[in-house]
Amino acid sequence: MFGAQVTALSPPSVDYTAMLPVLIVLGAAAVGVLLEAFVPRHLRWSVQVTVSLVALAGAGIALGAYVPGAPAQGVTTMVDTLAIDAPALFLWGTLLALSFVALLFIAERTVEPGGAFVSQAALRGAAGAGGSVSTREPETTGGRDGAAPADGARGMQTEIFPLTLFALGGMMTFVAANDLLTMFIALEVLSLPLYLMCGLARRRRLLSQESAVKYFLLGAFASAFFLYGLALLYGYAGSVRLGDIATAAAGSDRSDTLLFAGFGLLVVGLLFKGSVGPFHAWTPDVYQGAPTSVTGFMAACTKVAAFGAMLRVLYVGFEGVSWEWRGILWAVAIVSMAVGAVLGLTQRDVKRMIAYSSIAHAGFLVIGVMTLSDSGLAATMFYLLAYGFTTLAAFAVVSLVRDADGEATDLSSWAGLAKRSPLIAGVFTFLLLALAGIPLTSGFVGKFVVFSAALGEGLAPLVVLALVFSAVAAFYYLRVVVVMYFSEPAAGGASVTVPGAFTTVTIAAGTIVTLLLGIYPGFALEWAGAGGFAF
Amino acid sequence: MTWLLALILLPLVGAAVVAGLRGNDRLATLTALGFSLATLLLVVPLWAGYEPAGDRMQQTSSIEWIPQFGIHFAFGIDGIALVMIAVIALLVPLVIGVLGVTDKLPEGRSAGGYLSLLLVQQSLTIGVFAATDVFLFYVLFEVMLIPMYFLIGAYGGPNRQYAAVKFFLYSFLGGLIMLASVIGSYVLAADELGEGTFDWATLVSVVSEAPLSTQVWLFLGFFLAFAVKAPLVPLHTWLPDAAGQAPIGVAVVLVGVLDKVGTFGFLRYCLPMFPAASVELAPLVLTLAVAGVLYGSVLAAGQQDMKRFIAYVSIAHFGFIALGIFAFTAQAQVGSVTYMVNHSLATGMLILVVGMVIARGGSSTISDYGGMAKLTPLLGGMMLLAGLATLALPGTNAFISEFLVLLGAFETRPVFAVLAVLGMVLAAVYVLWLYQRVMQGPVRGDALVGAGGGPGAVQAPETGARKAVRDTSRRELAVLAPLVVLIIGLGLYPKPVVDVVTPSVEATLSAVQEGDER
Repeated sequence: MFGAQVTALSPPSVDYTAMLPVLIVLGAAAVGVLLEAFVPRHLRWSVQVTVSLVALAGAGIALGAYVPGAPAQGVTTMVDTLAIDAPALFLWGTLLALSFVALLFIAERTVEPGGAFVSQAALRGAAGAGGSVSTREPETTGGRDGAAPADGARGMQTEIFPLTLFALGGMMTFVAANDLLTMFIALEVLSLPLYLMCGLARRRRLLSQESAVKYFLLGAFASAFFLYGLALLYGYAGSVRLGDIATAAAGSDRSDTLLFAGFGLLVVGLLFKGSVGPFHAWTPDVYQGAPTSVTGFMAACTKVAAFGAMLRVLYVGFEGVSWEWRGILWAVAIVSMAVGAVLGLTQRDVKRMIAYSSIAHAGFLVIGVMTLSDSGLAATMFYLLAYGFTTLAAFAVVSLVRDADGEATDLSSWAGLAKRSPLIAGVFTFLLLALAGIPLTSGFVGKFVVFSAALGEGLAPLVVLALVFSAVAAFYYLRVVVVMYFSEPAAGGASVTVPGAFTTVTIAAGTIVTLLLGIYPGFALEWAGAGGFAF
Repeated sequence: MTWLLALILLPLVGAAVVAGLRGNDRLATLTALGFSLATLLLVVPLWAGYEPAGDRMQQTSSIEWIPQFGIHFAFGIDGIALVMIAVIALLVPLVIGVLGVTDKLPEGRSAGGYLSLLLVQQSLTIGVFAATDVFLFYVLFEVMLIPMYFLIGAYGGPNRQYAAVKFFLYSFLGGLIMLASVIGSYVLAADELGEGTFDWATLVSVVSEAPLSTQVWLFLGFFLAFAVKAPLVPLHTWLPDAAGQAPIGVAVVLVGVLDKVGTFGFLRYCLPMFPAASVELAPLVLTLAVAGVLYGSVLAAGQQDMKRFIAYVSIAHFGFIALGIFAFTAQAQVGSVTYMVNHSLATGMLILVVGMVIARGGSSTISDYGGMAKLTPLLGGMMLLAGLATLALPGTNAFISEFLVLLGAFETRPVFAVLAVLGMVLAAVYVLWLYQRVMQGPVRGDALVGAGGGPGAVQAPETGARKAVRDTSRRELAVLAPLVVLIIGLGLYPKPVVDVVTPSVEATLSAVQEGDER
């Protein structure tokens, strides 16, 4: 009698080769925590950066080695909780590439002497700093027991590296989760480190901490929604696996109320993470308040994770009942595009402007998700890749434009920037044109593939609206160009700091990928279109 | 490599070289001039190799670009594209020739950047006329806005920021709506053929057979973009601002060639791809066209600023061109295509001459001038010639075009033709009135008469001290000479242009008739 139970409890089969990238990332994160405890402070930065970058590169190599031999229809592993299929592999590759570049940006410590992160407010000066008022703070930071100033200036808070890796591990699990419970855990693993990372800014502490609290509170609500939806769906289908939910929805006389209420709550949680309007309210504040490198990481990678998960949930779990929810996503897409495009017009802060731009882009992505076709899947994933690199490079440029109080994100201080630093102004213009979707940039190809997939599925009115909102949004991108090129430099305006090697690599990589995917998108489209979901 | 590809790439190479010469304005100007003249030379074998009776598209080349969507870098020309390419190849060296004399860049701006953008603009514009892949056409159509945006925004007049943004947004919105139609046509073809393509000829054969309601929607997308570009009333309001604020050379390229992409698009895309919709919506287009003729003419007469004056004149002329295209007779369409060429030459010359006047008087306001021909008789003569070509006096090139348009349109659309004739009459009024106010009468106006006077000023008691104003320099004459020769030459002997474009026009027209009969 007990014998039978023992055999039933045999450990689940784990496809280690397929999971290796995630295992490496999470393993390195755990190692990073230990390093934080045992490595002397003056060595920590270099050790942490090395470990993190090596881990990401190793995960990338593991992924690259796995992909050519991977079964075309994908595998499910860990008792079917993870589905490692073509979309998951593409999104993993995208996430790893983006976080490698983002990590370099995070590791930068020459632009802001000592790095952009501190764990607690400086002893003096921070008390009065609130809102957009910024106070120049002492360089000594993190000296809990009175570390020498030189030490404080050299080292920065290095917890950020394991936190980034944990978030990344969560994101990679999120996009591969084959059941909702795994997805929820992945959601928490990716979210909690992000809440912390938002509050670490060295300057404008209160703004940063406010953003962290806001993000945490709203994020907790979104997680709760997700969890409640999960519970209702379990009640409906008797299983949390996406495939089972689809089967249950296809042929049963169970209450549709549970199904759609559950689905609605679940999707709210996902839309929140993807900063899709009308669930976008946190985005401008958090993007503005968080340290710019964290904002870049968040804007690029969280979006990939959220939309990757949304694709899986809708394609695998709810394709059969699409006629029930398409109408709602129509509305969501329109609201998101409208909010992003129209409210973006009123912004005077560059970081907030890019935040609204990300809301508009989320609307375009929702259109791609709604198509529920193979071409739509490939198009949405290509869009995520393209958008991630562009927005990351854009935030890296923003971090360079500084005045005496740190980053000068108010548009007025960017006046005449092209005269002082033509190269940076040129790069930023190119990135803005990519966000606006001008041809020969990846942004245009992304829009093109998404819209052609949508037109193929008969979403013509939505596409026309999207194009109109693109034109509206183009106005605020152009306004930055006008300010940089055609305005006279303001007295006491910002200047461009010479970027360190890390930020240079971030900007160069983002710009080159934006250009490359704009001119020669064929190979990436092929990868994105490699296959569908397994479940 | 075909001559055509060389023609597209050479200005790009020139732009890269010139961009490196930011420090030395003179060297940059000479280098850019060299490249643009070499580009002009390349037109000779292109034109000589073009067989009017041959294939619809010639000098074709195609390289795969995005295989997933059947997109190619495909170029080729028909007669209409050929003449437009020839025009821009001619105008760019002239525009470079006046830099530093007629056209002065704002303080602190180097010639290298300006010339580099100008050459990029030339390359992209040639590419737009030459593209035979609809996706490629769209890409170039949008990218073409960027150099022009910077040319206006960085080098233009006092209100340049507003003008540049307005120009960009109008064209960009039009382009985006066209994108919806481009993708729509692609999806239509993909459903029909099983595999998507953007090849122009294939799309034409598939889309032209679509039901009328589908055609109408797709037609409107393309039409809107082209109607913004070749400004038809009521989508024209960006042009007076853009042309008014742009530097003279840029205005020549903008009004002379860039706007013709719109009318070119009607002929190359709207008509063959959507024949049934074109016929169905022709009354609407003709109404807009004739409204443009009359509205542009009346507003031109009321302008205080010479550059805005030319913009409104152009709006009237674009009305004529659209009238000819949508009258659906061979005569009218040949008239329209030759008008596209002749308008570029005549208006190009008028803008240059006006630029020379402005460079001397330092003002573009008409009332600041008067009796200038007394001081600068040669410039006065040039302005008269350019003006007469603009009002289509017999013997100048534009006359034949305008005559053909009206003759052809009268056959099928007599009412519209008669209304457009009023435009010809008005043209005589506004052009001659401008000439009279600026050049005739006693020397007067703040630009020419000032209390101080310059060195060598002649004292004339009744009008105050005349400022020293030089007549056209040799360099300016050298720039205007080719235009004078072509305006009179094509006025007396238009056969070379007419012969080249007629087969292409007939092919377009027969496509419309076949498609409409289905």
